[in-house]
Amino acid sequence: MEAGKIKIALTGNPNVGKTTLFNALTGSRQHVGNWPGVTVEKKSGSVSYKEYDIEVIDLPGTYSLTAYSMDEIVARDFIIEEKPDIVIQVVDASNLERNLYLTTQLMELGSKILIVLNMCDIAEERGDRIYIDKMQELLATPVIRTVASQKEGICDLLDKVIEQKEVQQHHGHEIGYGTEIEDRILEIEKVLAEDETRDTRYPLRWISIRLLEGDSNVREKISKSPVYDRVIQIIDSIDQEEYEAEIADKRYLAINTVFPQMCTRANGKLTKSDMIDRVLTNKYLGIPIFLALMWGAFELTFAFATPFMDMIDLSATWFAEYVSSSLQPAWLASLVGDGIIGGVGAVLVFVPNIFILFFLLSLLEGSGYLARAAFIMDKLMYKIGMHGKSFIPMLMGFGCNVPAIMAARSIEDEKDRLITILVVPFVSCGARLPIYVLFAGTFFGRQAGTVIFGMYVLGIIIAIISAKLLRATVVKGKPAPFIMELPPYRVPTLKTSLIHMWDNGFMYIKKAGTIILVGVVVIWVLASFPWGVQYGSEDSYVGSLGHAVAPLLKPLGFDWKISVALIFGLVAKEIVVASMGVLYGAGESSDVLSDRLIADSGMTALTSLSLMAFSLLYMPCVATVGVIRKETGSWKWAVFAIFYGIIVAWITAFVIYQGGVLLGY
Amino acid sequence: MNEDQETTLDTLKPGEKASIRKVRVKGTARRKLMDMGMVAGTEIELVRNAPLGDPMDYNIKGYHLSIRKEEAKQIFITKL
Repeated sequence: MEAGKIKIALTGNPNVGKTTLFNALTGSRQHVGNWPGVTVEKKSGSVSYKEYDIEVIDLPGTYSLTAYSMDEIVARDFIIEEKPDIVIQVVDASNLERNLYLTTQLMELGSKILIVLNMCDIAEERGDRIYIDKMQELLATPVIRTVASQKEGICDLLDKVIEQKEVQQHHGHEIGYGTEIEDRILEIEKVLAEDETRDTRYPLRWISIRLLEGDSNVREKISKSPVYDRVIQIIDSIDQEEYEAEIADKRYLAINTVFPQMCTRANGKLTKSDMIDRVLTNKYLGIPIFLALMWGAFELTFAFATPFMDMIDLSATWFAEYVSSSLQPAWLASLVGDGIIGGVGAVLVFVPNIFILFFLLSLLEGSGYLARAAFIMDKLMYKIGMHGKSFIPMLMGFGCNVPAIMAARSIEDEKDRLITILVVPFVSCGARLPIYVLFAGTFFGRQAGTVIFGMYVLGIIIAIISAKLLRATVVKGKPAPFIMELPPYRVPTLKTSLIHMWDNGFMYIKKAGTIILVGVVVIWVLASFPWGVQYGSEDSYVGSLGHAVAPLLKPLGFDWKISVALIFGLVAKEIVVASMGVLYGAGESSDVLSDRLIADSGMTALTSLSLMAFSLLYMPCVATVGVIRKETGSWKWAVFAIFYGIIVAWITAFVIYQGGVLLGY
Repeated sequence: MNEDQETTLDTLKPGEKASIRKVRVKGTARRKLMDMGMVAGTEIELVRNAPLGDPMDYNIKGYHLSIRKEEAKQIFITKL
C-alpha cells in the first residue's frame, strides 16, 4: 500500500548520537554505500512500525548547510531534491545553542522538521534544564526526548513520525535578516523567478540567501540560467564578507532570543568530561598518555590480528595445495591453486587487521578521544604540511598500508585526506621487514639492526618530503584550518562500534577485494605462461619482463633476477624474498639463499642497500593500490601513486648506488 | 583606545574570557568559524593550549572548540 511508506532523513551535528539513533531505529536492516559521484558514505535502512514501512536515510553529520564540505552539500541536496517526508534533526541537549544553528538552516529549506532531543541525561547531570513544551512552541516544531544509547523514546519518535506524516502544513518559521539584506533577497528572488526553466525544488529565498553568503556551489547550480548575469551583478555590488557575518549574526541572534526561554544552563560547574580533559590533554601527561594509547591500538591491531592472519594464510595455502594436487590438467590446478585461491587469500589476509582497526577507531571516535588525538598531534603534523588527524593513518601504516589508508577517512578536508593517502605507502609496513631482514642480515652482519632502522627513517623522511612536494604541486593549497569541536567524553556503544567494524570490513572485501584479486591473477598469468614453463622462471613472461626492465634498473645495481623479484613484490612486498629463493634455486631455506646471494658477484652490500630502499619506496602493493582506488574514488590517484612511487624509488636507489660507487664501495 | 581594538584571540591566557568583535579570517574558514558560533558579541574563554602549545581549546557557547593560533590571530576581541 502506497500510503504506508514514509521516507525520513536523519540529520544533525557530528557527535550528537545520530549514528546510535540510526542503529537503534533500523537495527541490522541497513545498507552502506557511497553517495553518487563522491566518497561521502551513504547509510540507509528501514523499519516496519504499525503498518508503515519507514525508510531512514542517515545524512552526514554537519554543523551547517553551507558549501564548506562535501558532507554539507550532500546533506542539503538530498533534503531539497529527494524531499523526504520528514527531516529529523538529532540535537544534543547539552549543547543546544550551537545545535539550533543547523535548525535555522533546515527551516529555510522548507522541509518538515522533527527535533529529537538526545543526551538529555548528560544535560541534566550537568544541571541544565530544558523546557520541552516551551521549545515546541517557540520553534513551532515537535520535539521528542530520547536517550538513543538506551533505546529510550524510540517508540515515541516513530509514533510522532507517523502523526507528522499526516500533517500537511509545513511551518514557515523564517529568520529576518534586517531591512538591507531582506531587500537584496527580494531583489534576487524576483530576478530568479523570471527564469521559467529553473529547478523549482529549490526555494527561491534559500537560493537568494545562499548567493548573498557567497555559496560557490549554489552559484554553480544557477550558472546555466538565462538570468545568471543579472543575479551576479546584484551579488557583486555588495560587500559579501559583511553580509556573510551579518547573516550568521542574525541566525545566532534569533536563537539567543528564544534560547533563554527554553533552557536554563547550569553555570560554571565542572563536568566529568572537563575533569577527564584536565588529565588527557594535560601539558605534561597529554603526550605520554597519547603515545601509550597509540601503542596499545597499534599492538592490538597488528599483534592481536597475527594469529588470525596466519590462520587465513595457512588455510589458503593448504586449500591451494589440496586443489592443485587433485585437479587436472596441471595448468588448471595452478590457475585455481596459485592464482585464484592465492588471490582470495591475499584479499582475506587483511580482514582481521581491518576489522580490529575500525573497531578501535570507532571506540576512539565514540569516546571523544579521536578529536583529542588530533588536537595533541596537530602542531607536529601541521609542520610537515598535514593535519592532526593524519597521525593515526600514518602510524597504522607501519603495520599495514591497507587499513592505514582506510583510516584516513576521518579527515574531512579532501586535500588533507588525499595527501595522507598518497604518502602512507612510504611508511614501511610489516611486509617489507622480511626483505630488510634477508638483505641486511646477509650483507651487514652486526650493523643489520641499524640498517633496518635506517630504512624506517628513510620511509618517514620520504613521506614528509612528499607531503611538502604534493602540497606545492598536484594538491595545491595550504592545509585546511583546524576548526574542530572537542566533544564531551562518552562511553561508546558496543553496537555502534561493531556495526562500524562490519561495514568497513565488508566494504573492503567488496570494493578493494576485486582489484586485488585481478592483480594477483594477472601476475599468475605472467608467471605461468607461455605454455609449459616453470612457474616464475626465467622463461616465463615475468622472466622476459624482468629482462626487459633490467636495463632500466641497471643504474641502481640490479640484474634481471632482482627485476623479476620486484615484479612479484607487487602482489605483496614480502614475496620478493620468496621469489629470490626460487630464482636462486634456494627454495624455502633462507640460509641457502643467504649463501647464494653472497656467492653472486652481482650482489654486494651496496646493491642490497639500494634494493632495500627501492623495495621500500617503489609502487605500493596491489592491495594498497586497490584501496587507494577505492578511497579516492578514481583510478587517477591510484595510477599516480604507482608512478610517483616508482620515480621516487628509482631516484633514491640511484643516489644510494651511484653515490656508493663514487665513494668506492 | 586603539590598543584595545587590536587585541586578538591568541593573546588570551588560560581561564581568561573575552567577547568577540570581528572575525577577519578569510576564505572558507571564515564561514566555518561563524557557523561554529564565532559571531560578534559571543563570549569566549581559553581553556588550555594543546600540550605542544598549539592549537588552543576554547569554550564558546557551552562547548569546546579547537582552532590554531594562526586563525586566532585574525579574530579580534575585547577582553572581559
